[in-house]
Amino acid sequence: MQTKAREDLARLLGAELEKAGLKGGEADTYATPRRLALILRDLPQATEAVSEELKGPPEGAPDAALDGFCRKAGLSRDQLTLRDVKGRNTWFAVIDKPGRATADVLAEAIPAVIRAFPWPKSMRWGDASFSTESLRWVRPLHGIVALLGEDVVPFEVAGVTSGAATLGHRFHHPGEITIGSAADYVEKLRACHVIVNQDERAATIALGAKMAAKQANLELVEDAGLLAENAGLTEFPVPLLGSFDSRLLAAPREILELTLKVNQKYFSVRDADGNMAPNFVCVANIDAADGGERIVAGNRKVAEARLSDAIFFWEQDLKVKLADQAKKLDRIVFHEKLGTVADKAQRIGKLARWLVEEGIVGAANTPFVPSEVEGRAAGGAQGFSTEPAPSKVEGLDTNGSGAVSREELADMAQQAGELCKADLVTQTVGEFPEVQGIIGYELAKAEGLPIEVAEAIRDHYKPAGQGDDVPTAPVSVAVALADKLDTIVGFIGAGMMPSGSKDPYALRRSAIGFIRLTIENDVRFSLKDAVIAALYFYLESVEFDIDRSIDSLLNIRDQLSFQEKLIRIAESLGMESVTLEAVAKELYRRSLREQPRISVRFDQDEQSFTNALQQILDFFADRLKVQQREAGVRHDLIDAVFALGGEDDLVRLLARVKALQVFVETDEGANLLAGYKRAANILKKEEWTPGGTNSDPEPAEAALIAALDEAEPRAEQAVADEDFEGAMAALASLRAPIDAFFESVTVNDADQTKRAARLDLLARMRDAVHRVADFSRIEG
Amino acid sequence: MILTLHDYWSERGCVILQPYDMRMGAGTFHTATTLKALGPEPWNAAFVQPCRRPTDGRYGENPNRLQHYYQYQVILKPSPADLQELYLGSLAAIGIDFTRHDIRFVEDDWESPTLGAWGLGWEVWCDGMEVTQFTYFQQMGGFDCKPVAGELTYGLERLAMYIQNKDSVYDLAFNDVAPGSNVPAVTYGDVFLENERQMSKWNFEVADTDALFDLFKKATAECENCLANDVPIAAYEQAIEASHVFNLLQARGVISVAERQAYIGRVRDLAKGSCQKFIEMKTPEWEARFPGWTL
Repeated sequence: MQTKAREDLARLLGAELEKAGLKGGEADTYATPRRLALILRDLPQATEAVSEELKGPPEGAPDAALDGFCRKAGLSRDQLTLRDVKGRNTWFAVIDKPGRATADVLAEAIPAVIRAFPWPKSMRWGDASFSTESLRWVRPLHGIVALLGEDVVPFEVAGVTSGAATLGHRFHHPGEITIGSAADYVEKLRACHVIVNQDERAATIALGAKMAAKQANLELVEDAGLLAENAGLTEFPVPLLGSFDSRLLAAPREILELTLKVNQKYFSVRDADGNMAPNFVCVANIDAADGGERIVAGNRKVAEARLSDAIFFWEQDLKVKLADQAKKLDRIVFHEKLGTVADKAQRIGKLARWLVEEGIVGAANTPFVPSEVEGRAAGGAQGFSTEPAPSKVEGLDTNGSGAVSREELADMAQQAGELCKADLVTQTVGEFPEVQGIIGYELAKAEGLPIEVAEAIRDHYKPAGQGDDVPTAPVSVAVALADKLDTIVGFIGAGMMPSGSKDPYALRRSAIGFIRLTIENDVRFSLKDAVIAALYFYLESVEFDIDRSIDSLLNIRDQLSFQEKLIRIAESLGMESVTLEAVAKELYRRSLREQPRISVRFDQDEQSFTNALQQILDFFADRLKVQQREAGVRHDLIDAVFALGGEDDLVRLLARVKALQVFVETDEGANLLAGYKRAANILKKEEWTPGGTNSDPEPAEAALIAALDEAEPRAEQAVADEDFEGAMAALASLRAPIDAFFESVTVNDADQTKRAARLDLLARMRDAVHRVADFSRIEG
Repeated sequence: MILTLHDYWSERGCVILQPYDMRMGAGTFHTATTLKALGPEPWNAAFVQPCRRPTDGRYGENPNRLQHYYQYQVILKPSPADLQELYLGSLAAIGIDFTRHDIRFVEDDWESPTLGAWGLGWEVWCDGMEVTQFTYFQQMGGFDCKPVAGELTYGLERLAMYIQNKDSVYDLAFNDVAPGSNVPAVTYGDVFLENERQMSKWNFEVADTDALFDLFKKATAECENCLANDVPIAAYEQAIEASHVFNLLQARGVISVAERQAYIGRVRDLAKGSCQKFIEMKTPEWEARFPGWTL
């Protein structure tokens, strides 16, 4: 904040002065916890004098005109002069603007800057706060030193009068001191134990901290963030080496260093071997009378209390296996309609396993290149299919054989999913919520679980925000996707769609995270199928009290694959179709009769399964648009692809949108769009229903028919091959024939057969374009 | 120490009050802070408030973390210009030596999501330990504070540890035994250690969560009943109750991260509703007595 305040001060004052015609030389800015200062050099004493001439009406003009001119110029008639303009006597007003004293300009500019200062958070205070219009400042504003040369620039802001007096260090020099001029500001304050230059304070701390450590044969753990933070917290920094009981070194270094840093802003210290030493460097803001003895003792007290807290928690946590911690999650309500966090962890495990079993995650991750047609057909799983996915997965190596079986990967994904929330009940996370995930990772490692599982536990919250990185390891990706999808599907399924500024469960952020995981890892799947799977796992946890037979089916503990289980359920429910969607719908229908503890019951009728599904997909579509808009992708183009329906593979959808964006921004694309819109408008006006009329085509019609005959299969094949540039090229070939058609053919021919045939042809053209994207959604 | 602070603030015009007789997480919940921070009336008060923070319990095993402790609370409205100096004066009065201790004002944005309140100010550190929360209230119950009140919240046990130079709160001397007297010396531990052990256990392990959920519901309902019958102070007491029950549920670890926000929101609605009703009923009087003041 201090850095930004210094920059703002220089920028705003510069702008105010420039407005008044003043330009200074170099500026230095300073900030301490108590003051904000700017020294501007080489200011002129005054702004330059300017003479301005205004041309008025000619001599002999009506009085009213002349009076108006006088008013405008601010002069009386006798102050005007007559001049010859092209042989005609004309009145002129000559206005001399003398230069303004710099002090006067400053006396207006500084208060203006103070009143408009853009603090990230500002406050009101004191008697004046009776009104909300009173001055806002970062903390109460106590004094203003404003000097030009050696003279005070007089002004008043919110009851504070500018002057030359300020205060020294709060304890070393509590009295007033008078600043003579900008030249002695820094030095006078230094003499009163205030180092106003933040860089100097940082350098003092860096050097002092290093020296303090060195004297004890220790090495400082440097930390630029801590350095800046401590420089911002002090006016007279005095680094001091403190120590704590070495018995407190009994936890992972990360936890201890984090404790010292986050809670106390202490630097950590290591010994010659790089091990953490039972010491720290704190930065006092005073040169204490006893050399810092009591300060060090006081800080030791705090450090030991903090560390013993951290260690106490860690030791408690080590005693419990993660699987046992996970059981305690049943005490934590995830949401009253969606069960406990233990229920959620079970669902995440199942969904993560499903993502792997279906080959969605864990397939060879080759980057998606739209133009690369060959080999596409085999790549990626196309949602739910009864064909088994390839059983070996490349790119993973845990047993040295070069590959992990899909079954092993699925087991790890399920285990990591079931354990990923377990550290929430650990005491360390209770104390430091910011280390959730990291503690689970550490505990998983300490327990000897596979490293893939440990990493997935650590990384499943990612990406947490815009700048956060996205996991790439298959187990981590599966669990991260499953966690987010389960949350979104559950809340929206239970009727809690975010609205306006209300998004209490941060579903939008979850959706953006889900989308980024998918796109950046090139994960290929049908979003609809994945949403249905997530809904299905919610339904699986419904206790069917009325349909007891279903309950036992859902809880089969055999070594059944997901597919086999689905087939059994479908059979016993007497269903003909064994798709996941059909089974999920049937379970949903039957669950409506129950009073389950966990319920993604969107509404109390059978249709509501479909409604919920649609709402969830629409929600993702919206998020995708928002997320892609920030990346420069046009939302109307996303609409144009979405409007086709059926496209719910996010990676493929975006590839199509991007190819479309390139295309519509070319001349060919723009012209085709114009031709398309003309055709669509005619069809709309005529409310035309194509009827397959034939008549003798004119040459331009024949050419368009031929072009369509050629382009349609090409575009279709290209789309099937996911070669969207090829599809665009096929459309582009229609541009010239369409232009020619509109040029030479009259659609509304008197001959009704000809007219019908031509309208049919336009409809065919429109439909051909729609195979690639719904151009009616494209703007422009 | 408390007597010294009472003297100090009483000399500066503060009303000296007694603690509020309900379980609460901070002195800020006392009506002398929350409700008095609303409206234009000047108000200067000082009091001790026992605080319960169930999640801070450590079974008596941490030298300075307690689930039950005492805050010294000062509220000055409007905030005086020399509030920091006044505060430092009070530290000097209780025996803090500024030439040997590192007293720091560390910027802090204070927010109480359950009260719908926020303010800016400082955490005051003494040798690295937070000993006071120093806040200029900007909003309370979602309403702008006009004028702004300054709030000082002293951590009494922690300050005593510095003054008596003790490493553990439990070693603090709780009485002044004259040399040669046969009155036994009593420490803080003698008075509170067993309490900390048992209450930590109750907070974390024993408290009946079904009963707590039920209490939460009842407090919510009663708050609404109070509001419907124009007794906002009674409504506010139910908000305090709901807030504390929520803290107990948190300590029992039965509220998920996702649910937490919803619970906080419910408590905030109760507190805001109480403040709103309180303001509505007082506004005509305030506007008459303080010309120019508007909500």
